[in-house]
Amino acid sequence: MGDIVRIHQMLGEHPFLGELPESVLETLAGCASNCMFAADSIIFRDGQPAQHFYLLRYGTVSLEIRSPGREALLIDTLYDGDVLGWSWLLPPYRWNMDAHAMTVVRALAFDAACLRSKAEADPALGYELYRRFVPVMGRRLMAARMQLADLYARPVKACR
Amino acid sequence: MSTAAADPGLWLPRPYRVSRCKRELSDTFTLELLPADGEAMPAFRPGQFNMLYAFGLGEVPISISGDPDAIGPLVHTIRAVGPVTEAMRALQPADEIGVRGPFGSHWPVADAEGMDLVIVAGGVGLAPLRPAIYHALRHRRRYGRVCVFYGARTPDDILFKTELKRWRGEFDMLVEVTVDRATRDWAGKVGVVTRLVEGGGYDPLHTVALMCGPEVMMRYTSRALEARGVARERMYLSLERNMKCAVGLCGHCQFGPHFVCKDGPVFRLDAIESLLAVDEL
Repeated sequence: MGDIVRIHQMLGEHPFLGELPESVLETLAGCASNCMFAADSIIFRDGQPAQHFYLLRYGTVSLEIRSPGREALLIDTLYDGDVLGWSWLLPPYRWNMDAHAMTVVRALAFDAACLRSKAEADPALGYELYRRFVPVMGRRLMAARMQLADLYARPVKACR
Repeated sequence: MSTAAADPGLWLPRPYRVSRCKRELSDTFTLELLPADGEAMPAFRPGQFNMLYAFGLGEVPISISGDPDAIGPLVHTIRAVGPVTEAMRALQPADEIGVRGPFGSHWPVADAEGMDLVIVAGGVGLAPLRPAIYHALRHRRRYGRVCVFYGARTPDDILFKTELKRWRGEFDMLVEVTVDRATRDWAGKVGVVTRLVEGGGYDPLHTVALMCGPEVMMRYTSRALEARGVARERMYLSLERNMKCAVGLCGHCQFGPHFVCKDGPVFRLDAIESLLAVDEL
């Protein structure tokens, strides 16, 4: 019981869930657990089922793309206050890249199946979750586009 | 004819000698120059540029990257992207180069006094902003919070790495660096520079923002600043165009109703933002 109260409190303190009604936090707390990852450990790998998402409380996580024969390519880093993972929201519920704990990481882990079933039963909860995840997805899409544009590369004159 | 254009001294390159040539990145270098005639150098303001002349090859506009308050050589940080700048990369100490200037508008460091100063740079865009950073550090008490947000392509492309580390060590300055991509030997941030802007560390209602980098980067940065509450009329950016005469006569750098050499390179965002969306001007 003490753990649930503590998790409830931590949820309320996390910026991603700011201003959520107590009743919603309580519902979310039922699917959440406290977790920790050692420095230099893998949190999830590309292609694995996306069974959780994480609210980072401490530490640094890199999102990486691996390809055979090459070093892992870091394309984003996440910090305390960030949310890690949205593949759990969309079928086929599989991760699209690796998440690597660059330091010790402390986080709140959410059971994806638990949360999806609660969201299906309670559309208001589902709406709240999407309302918070969609801007995160939008920002990351925009960032990926900017990175794709390779803005700082040596300028190449257009041929006409 | 403007006063600047009427001054014959501004048409005639003055010979300078290279006192030091420092490699910064694989394609970027810094030249330190002293007048060949031993006379005093003209004062400049942060954000202004000079026309540098590689004898027999041509002239290029290059922002001054040194400390405006320091007594010492004239400092230019240059990216080798064409025959003139490639030739400048090959210069050795005691070689001569022609210099005209300084020209153009400057960062509003005096108007920003009393405000938080947010400096956002991308790639080699840190060079034209460095004089403003030097100024802010030298007159630190005149400003509120001072934030430097810098984005580079990879860790190997970070300009002025030693200075960024030193500035980060200052207790009264926020310095954040991010790269677009990296491998695991990089322990810093990965992601676009707009994320640093979103992270805050400044009071949006009392902030003056200075930006320099690729125009697309500045466009997104200005949106991120605006989303945080920074007013457009307190955002300034430095534009790069094909400048030739540097005094607003030849028209090479015309940008809508403006000449970048004379009215810029530093503009207030709201004065030019409608033009930034135009493909070709």
